[in-house]
Amino acid sequence: MLLIACPYCGERPEVEFAYGGEAHLVRPADPAALSDEDWAAYLYFRRNPRGLHAERWRHVRGCGRFFNAIRDTTNDRFGATYAVGEDPP
Amino acid sequence: MSALRTPAGGRVDRSRPIRFHFDGVAYEGLAGDTLASALLANGVHLVGRSFKYHRPRGILSAGAEEPNALVTVRRDEARVTPNLRATQVELYEGLVAESQNRWPSLAFDVGRVSDFLSPLFPSGFYYKTFKWPRSAWHALYEPLIRRAAGLGRAPALADPDRYAQRFAHCDVLVVGAGPAGLAAALAAAESGARVILCDEQAEPGGSLLDGGEARIDGAAPADWAAAAIARLSADPRVRVLARTTAFGYFPHNLVGLAERLSDHLADVAPGALRERLWQVRAREVVLATGAIEQPLVFAGNDRPGVMLAGAARIYLNRYGVRAGTRAVVVTTHDAGLRAARDLESAGVEIAAVADLRRGATVGGTRGNLRVSAITVDGRSVACDLVLMCGGFAPAVHLFSQSRGRLTWSDTARAFVPSATAERARSAGACRGTTGLAAALAEGAAAGSAAAREAGHGGASLRFSVAGDEEPARAGPAVAQPLPGGKAFVDFQNDVTARDLALAAREGFRSIEHVKRYTTVGMATDQGKTSNLAALGLVASTLGKPVPDVGHTTFRMPYTPVTFGSLAGFARGELFDPVRRTPMHEAAVALGAVFEDVGQWKRARYFPRPGEDMHAAVARECRAVRGACGLFDASTLGKIAVAGPDAAEFLNRLYVNDFRNLADGRCRYGILLREDGFVYDDGVIARLARDRFHVTTTTGGAARVLAMMEDYRQTEWPELAVWLTSVTEQWAVIAVQGPKAREVLAPLAAGVDLSHAALPHMAVAEGSVAGVPALVLRVSFTGELGYEVNVPASRGREAWDAIAEAGCAQGLTPYGTETMHVLRAEKGYIIVGQDTDGTATPDDAGLAWAIGKNKRDFVGKRSIERASMKDPARRQLVGLRTRDPGTVLEEGAQLVGSPGQAAPMKVIGHVTSSYASAALGHSIALAMLSGGRSRIGGTVYATMPGGDIPVTVTSPVFYDPEGKRLHG
Repeated sequence: MLLIACPYCGERPEVEFAYGGEAHLVRPADPAALSDEDWAAYLYFRRNPRGLHAERWRHVRGCGRFFNAIRDTTNDRFGATYAVGEDPP
Repeated sequence: MSALRTPAGGRVDRSRPIRFHFDGVAYEGLAGDTLASALLANGVHLVGRSFKYHRPRGILSAGAEEPNALVTVRRDEARVTPNLRATQVELYEGLVAESQNRWPSLAFDVGRVSDFLSPLFPSGFYYKTFKWPRSAWHALYEPLIRRAAGLGRAPALADPDRYAQRFAHCDVLVVGAGPAGLAAALAAAESGARVILCDEQAEPGGSLLDGGEARIDGAAPADWAAAAIARLSADPRVRVLARTTAFGYFPHNLVGLAERLSDHLADVAPGALRERLWQVRAREVVLATGAIEQPLVFAGNDRPGVMLAGAARIYLNRYGVRAGTRAVVVTTHDAGLRAARDLESAGVEIAAVADLRRGATVGGTRGNLRVSAITVDGRSVACDLVLMCGGFAPAVHLFSQSRGRLTWSDTARAFVPSATAERARSAGACRGTTGLAAALAEGAAAGSAAAREAGHGGASLRFSVAGDEEPARAGPAVAQPLPGGKAFVDFQNDVTARDLALAAREGFRSIEHVKRYTTVGMATDQGKTSNLAALGLVASTLGKPVPDVGHTTFRMPYTPVTFGSLAGFARGELFDPVRRTPMHEAAVALGAVFEDVGQWKRARYFPRPGEDMHAAVARECRAVRGACGLFDASTLGKIAVAGPDAAEFLNRLYVNDFRNLADGRCRYGILLREDGFVYDDGVIARLARDRFHVTTTTGGAARVLAMMEDYRQTEWPELAVWLTSVTEQWAVIAVQGPKAREVLAPLAAGVDLSHAALPHMAVAEGSVAGVPALVLRVSFTGELGYEVNVPASRGREAWDAIAEAGCAQGLTPYGTETMHVLRAEKGYIIVGQDTDGTATPDDAGLAWAIGKNKRDFVGKRSIERASMKDPARRQLVGLRTRDPGTVLEEGAQLVGSPGQAAPMKVIGHVTSSYASAALGHSIALAMLSGGRSRIGGTVYATMPGGDIPVTVTSPVFYDPEGKRLHG
């Protein structure tokens, strides 16, 4: 069970969190203007990197807030956690 | 006392004899014995039959690695624990143990025939044999294999014991209380760190308890260990856990510990805890897990009486037991010679020593139920004990579980830890270090470093060691097996050297594949005494160096953990939370039959005497259609959406247009996922400009709120809107039917229930039966209806008042089954039953709900795709059978023509199906390809009895004009 540092509450066990997938995907302002391919890319295509991954977590059984985290997918080590809307460090 | 017991010495209490039974025979042991040491003291080596060949097997080891001596311990009919290692079962007065995998008796086992037929059972026997005929699999092979598989028998009764679970945090967790572990714990504690020290044995101390001439700070090793434990136990920042196995190493330094609390006691107090599962989150971990002595591979190395040399030494020095009277030693390691020396001083005759490093050779053994001779250098030597030592494998299990990297050490001739993945370090024998002084020094350094890393001062501890044994020299990892006879590599899974050679010849190269093909290392001991030998054999067959072959993956648990321990208190009523509505007891009093809906208990129907479900549901349906019914809808998800931007927020999420929804009005809302498929639905009431009461499906409440929060926090943080779950704050009482107004009107205050004041899809606040209420004029039945929301704490009060007031009008309580029938008669879908995550609003016949002038909402771009508008998509339709009494099976597949051979071309499926009392015939809803264009046509529902022709209809069967809603 991972130990995750919520930026608002501090270190808490993984069971308190919900995973939210890749971070920094912004919903297009005008989806109607997108081609089917571009919309599909937004909906379904993810980086799935080996190594550092910026991803969303929600402290759902705690403060309830979403935040972003950098996790190394090869060893589950977390780098930084930071607020929604902030740039990755 | 038995002649095999030494007159003095060891850790047993000679003043406290303990009586016990093994396979029905009474024996006597001593306090401090394990079942294995007590049996050996009674001259019993034969303790089990092997898994595959049913060969007689004896006690191989003295610890957790034991592959052979698996026994069942029986306290009573419910407390039957199979597959315990006799080497770890502590003796208590009256202990009853049984051998396993034998019939009719341990000494005469019919299953042994498989040993003599063993040429028929090579590696991959199952894969090669049970391939044909196909029909034989279910009828013959599987039942046979299942009967032959497994060891021991699970108890037939429920586990009556109690198990606890605890979370703990510490600066330094030390696993293993041998010399390295004790030194580490002392150093970490001295540094001021919070320490947890765990050890799997009853008495911590590890190899310090095994005697020897060495002195630590002037004390005998066992005395030094006892003093160290006493010092640690007295430190309030240190927790010492004996009988506690660290079984799993999980990410971010979470270590699972299984603590055994009462299995060693003769009398267990009623209600006493049996085991406690610890989840320890440690800043730093010190692994001091020791090393496991390895057997040698030679023909007949599995006969009772053939055991590990170090184990025999432990039985002698710790338990005062001579494992035999005339021993032969076969070794590739100095430890074998040391054991021979100790046993000889204790009066065991050493008939021969075969040091394979000096060119000695060993042939087969002889003897039936006990070894009687072994061939050494071509000469048969009579004996009743063979001691083998193939060196030591560091116990790197936990280290490897933590994803630490292993590297081959030529000095240790084993894999040892290299790079760590966690904040952990290894010390002592588990990293290939030998010698007492070195283990203590390494342990102290590790404990000190761990404490420093955890933010404490690093104390420097030194121990003076006198009389330490010379560093042992290891020989070749594996003795080359001689041809002829069975030379076992994996005792528990009966894998021989020949099996491994065959696998290599058949082309298996990866050690992981060899493992799966031969099952070597796959038994409950996970190859603690076999992996290293298997690796050596595979490497030599392939002509590769051992490190190039690599090692298999270590997985948790280190030793088996009981299900009880893992479940803890989460069993029976505490397995999963049960949610009951405020009116639950009222439904119980009415004799309701309940169904589980997620965690909720919902009243399914209210049978009267003599009624089955069908009759009760028919009566309840008639009551709602003819008069009125009372329904507990409290489980509906409810979300309060408030704030100046509440309408804009809902407008962006739902397909409907909420900007033009007037205060005091409701709208049926549909929520899509961004991929365009229906996610949830529910009535949304606008209480004020900035306040909405959103309802969701019962099962969707949590996920809808989570989705809303996701968009609110991450996509539209600029919107001023707040979301609050109010599901459990409101009790919801639905009153439905033509007489609903008559029932409620006399109870209502401050709210006008007339059609003009409160038309269909309107909402008003007031009170009902003196209880503050939010009254929604909504209907999931097609009848005039109200949903009365009252504070949960007063739900029962309002329910009772309404039920009493409605008596005269025939108000009838109804359950979820009736609710399903009534809504299906109206063609109202249930998300998740009639839709399955691939239905668009149009597929579900709900395109009318989509706001016409909306530029965007969640899912809009997806439903604009051409394929989402394909007329051949499955669409919601109704189905009618020719025979009004035939109720289709939900889930039945629909085909276009009858009598097709499989695979048929499926064009749809039945999603809901009921007998309709109001209509006098069965009804069904279905998702059917191009369904709306097929209305009036015939399709076929495939059922076990044959294809049933059905007519495709509109999904609205009852009151299609909707007049009754507006009554």
